[in-house]
Amino acid sequence: MVTEEVVDLSRLQFAATAFYHFLFVPLTLGLSFLLAIMETTYVMTGKEIYRDMTQFWGKLFGINFALGVTTGITMEFQFGTNWAYYSHYVGDIFGAPLAIEGLMAFFLESTFIGLFFFGWNKLSKREHLVITYLTAIGSNLSAVWILIANGWMQNPVGAEFSWVTMRMEMTSFWDLLFNPAAQAKFVHTVSAGYVTGSLFVLGVSSWYLLKGRDLEFAKRSFRIAAAFGFASALSVIVLGDESGYAVTEHQHTKLAAMEGMWETEAAPASFTLFAIPDDATRSNRMEIKVPYALGLIATRSTDTVLPGINDLEKHAAQRIARGALAVVALEKLRAKTADEATRLLFETHKADLGYGLLLKKYTPDVSQATPEMIAKAARDSIPAVAPMFWTFRIMVALGFLFLALFGLSFWFSAKNTFMEKRWLLKWAVWFIPMPWIACEMGWFVAEYGRQPWTIYGVLPTHLSTSTLSPESLYGSIAGFMFFYTGLLIVELFLMFKYARLGPSSLGVGRYHFETSTRPAHA
Amino acid sequence: MLDYETLKIIWWLLVGVLLLGFAVMDGHDMGVGTLLPFVGKDDVERRIVINTVGPHWDGNQVWFITAGGAIFAAWPLVYATAFSGFYWALLAVLWALFFRPVGFDYRSKVADPRWRSAWDWGLFVGGAVPSLIFGVAFGNLLQGVPFHFEDNLMPVYTGTFWALLNPFALLAGVVSLAMLVFHGANYLMVRTEGAVYQRAKLASLIFGVVMLAAFAGAGVWVSQGIDGYVITSAVDPGALPNPLDKTVELKAGAWMANFAAMPLLWLVPGAGFLGGIAGLLFARMDKPVLAFIGSAVAELGVIGTAGVAMFPFVMPSSSDPRSSLTAWDSVSSHLTLDIMFWAALIFTPIVISYTGWAYRKMAGKVTPAFIQANDHSAY
Ligand code: HDD
Ligand code: HEM
Ligand code: HEM
Repeated sequence: MVTEEVVDLSRLQFAATAFYHFLFVPLTLGLSFLLAIMETTYVMTGKEIYRDMTQFWGKLFGINFALGVTTGITMEFQFGTNWAYYSHYVGDIFGAPLAIEGLMAFFLESTFIGLFFFGWNKLSKREHLVITYLTAIGSNLSAVWILIANGWMQNPVGAEFSWVTMRMEMTSFWDLLFNPAAQAKFVHTVSAGYVTGSLFVLGVSSWYLLKGRDLEFAKRSFRIAAAFGFASALSVIVLGDESGYAVTEHQHTKLAAMEGMWETEAAPASFTLFAIPDDATRSNRMEIKVPYALGLIATRSTDTVLPGINDLEKHAAQRIARGALAVVALEKLRAKTADEATRLLFETHKADLGYGLLLKKYTPDVSQATPEMIAKAARDSIPAVAPMFWTFRIMVALGFLFLALFGLSFWFSAKNTFMEKRWLLKWAVWFIPMPWIACEMGWFVAEYGRQPWTIYGVLPTHLSTSTLSPESLYGSIAGFMFFYTGLLIVELFLMFKYARLGPSSLGVGRYHFETSTRPAHA
Repeated sequence: MLDYETLKIIWWLLVGVLLLGFAVMDGHDMGVGTLLPFVGKDDVERRIVINTVGPHWDGNQVWFITAGGAIFAAWPLVYATAFSGFYWALLAVLWALFFRPVGFDYRSKVADPRWRSAWDWGLFVGGAVPSLIFGVAFGNLLQGVPFHFEDNLMPVYTGTFWALLNPFALLAGVVSLAMLVFHGANYLMVRTEGAVYQRAKLASLIFGVVMLAAFAGAGVWVSQGIDGYVITSAVDPGALPNPLDKTVELKAGAWMANFAAMPLLWLVPGAGFLGGIAGLLFARMDKPVLAFIGSAVAELGVIGTAGVAMFPFVMPSSSDPRSSLTAWDSVSSHLTLDIMFWAALIFTPIVISYTGWAYRKMAGKVTPAFIQANDHSAY
């Protein structure tokens, strides 16, 4: 019923809509806190310029936020529309954080975002400041819950399979909440958002400085962004390392693919700085290695061995063979033809059930699986190396460039000389798109690296979809492309329009285009 | 931990509460969106209409999102089966909803009249299409939907999109569209004055009547012309959920059985009619706040009627009745229901109280003077 074409199209649609949603998410996460900082300064100093800053950056925030909401709704319902079997199989665990996200986070951010825009004259200064913080906290809480959900897909703890209900069921909510994979993800992802927000403000302010417009406004914005961005760039790296550590603990296949590590090395393994991984010959060309580095970073020890791809595949083949027994036993249990021995067999091999299900890609009747099928399924258990290897390195390289940019910006803003450093300002302008690239690369590593699973080790991707026809999927993908392309054009048009206008768009009469008969406002 | 059976019933009620919250809150701004091109004749009037819901529509929309999330968590099989089965209907809802965030937020950022008029119609689509489709979906649930489960509980929908648009379902669609527009019109009366107020009042009177007539018509149709479903095997509400473990039959008049067994339940459709009539009368008497409460009660009655008639069924299957999903066998595990119950119990009152605060802070009529004074910040 479900063909490979349907699986691939479903993946394409999910990936496209998720990548698209994540164009707007990081800016919301980062800018919301920057707005809170600016407004705090306003309330503390009483200087109007900080109120103008909050309102102007808030305008850009609003343009971005609208598409964050639009595209988020798609994500919320797409599990049901396109991943029906997934929704049934793990909804018991996965649905909970999603629902709580709505109750606890979306209501908060969405209710108060309205007051943020409309409440300037209706709320007291303090009340308004509080609702700005609540909006920021709301959006960060939404990241907590969705990443708990996503963290569980990477490292499914606190759950057990029940053959009666034919699904995974929650055994411990606390394990789900305090999943180390989720925590590492959360802190890394929100820091990535803060970097994005800071670089956006830094870059746009630099552009005003280069143009010599609204200097006072731009200088203050630049300083705030440089300080907040410097802290965030540091934390995204430190916490990225934490994410890597979580991957090492729970997802050996992902780590091996990220590192292009074909063979198990003696501990501590070396870190491959550069290589051209080749999936066909299963080796790397032109390797440049740093001895011991990977072992130290990934395991934080000198004696833990990191398994290479070839060994991981052998290991997977064993689990698949055992899992096949579990699948066969499960089918008998479901058909109510099982005896006590079958039940025991199932209980013994239950832990490998997911691996057995990998065989379903090659045969509906797993009891007939051949050694070739097992070998193929074992091969599937490792994501393609080259894309993983490169996307990961691009993200990391960008991370260090951000640190350099913010470090210098922070340094020169402490010395109050950044206005003269035109190379720095230009660098900041040109770097505006980079955090988005780093974020998308990061998601690629996390999600593509999870393949062939939707729930790591539990549910293969090819079993997770809905029973839709390929025509339906072509149709819906075309529809999403149409709407999303149109919306993006409109959004970028408004972003550029208002970023170019600058604070003059507030209509308070104090800024460049309103005072342009006089020299630029100081 | 509460026992499993109680939790299953509580969750049936809670899903109802979320749907009602959605109808009362998001419903009124969808109604306002639907009316926008008709009650606002020029740009200032339209901005007045939009700004009555400007600060609130986003928070209100979260009722919809949360209802989706809660169904995922509490009734995963319903989430999986209904949304994949109603694929194109749900996509139509989502795509129509796309117009709302951008419509509200982007419309007034460019002065060109063509730009503004395009977004006005976008807001119309974003209000009318989902309102209609929700009713159509309920209309199909009442008739049963063609789907079954494979052995591994993979849901398979065997109908088409066009089959969803049958006459009874369209009538149900009219009920829900008219209901939300009625409600939105009453809200507009609360927040506007002058010409916009008068047009909103007219809309309230028209759509209130349409809603009542269509609701009555649908009621007669269900009692006379639509077969309901009954579980014919023994029911153990506390059992582990497995939808394939029962037998189900189609039976004429079965959707009236709950009312016959418990005459008190007639209060539910009664609330639909009384709320609707009260809403109409208060609108006529220029008492918009009371009219708004009236239409909210009508929503309670209408949504409640569909739920009560079908209980314990949630999504009956017309092609393989034993696959039907009920409040007993489409639910999550005991632990998940319990945790989600506490989460709902704690957060729902908090949400309602700060939403109330937000509305109070923004209360008052939206006037042309307000729009002029806030030309750069209002929607
Ligand atoms: C790390 C953060 C993050 C991630 C991974 C996701 N989101 Fe998101 N989402 C947000 C962070 C966020 C946010 C920052 O809270 C947004 C983005 C911009 C915005 O307006 O709020 C948002 C908006 C948003 C909305 C609209 C909420 C509203 O009306 O306020 C929904 C329904 C979703 N998201 C659902 C999802 C789903 C189902 C995801 C997974 C597949 C997902 N998001 C990934
Ligand atoms: C917003 C940021 C995200 C991005 C950019 C992203 C990216 C991707 C990509 C690229 C894929 C396709 C992988 C492949 O098929 O090769 C994918 C699949 C998927 N992702 Fe994510 N993802 C994001 C967030 C999430 C979150 C937060 C969840 C869960 C809560 C999630 C759940 C899934 C599921 C269910 C699939 C489909 C099955 C699969 O192909 O693995 N994603 N995502
Ligand atoms: C030296 C720097 C960095 C390291 C070591 C690092 C490490 C990682 C690792 C290991 C993952 C995969 C986690 C998983 O598979 O679950 C990841 C994901 C991700 N990275 Fe990075 N990263 C770095 C820099 C950055 C930067 C600069 C950004 C963006 C500004 C970024 C954004 C992301 C995002 C959005 C994800 C996906 C969410 C997640 O899985 O946490 N990273 N990163």
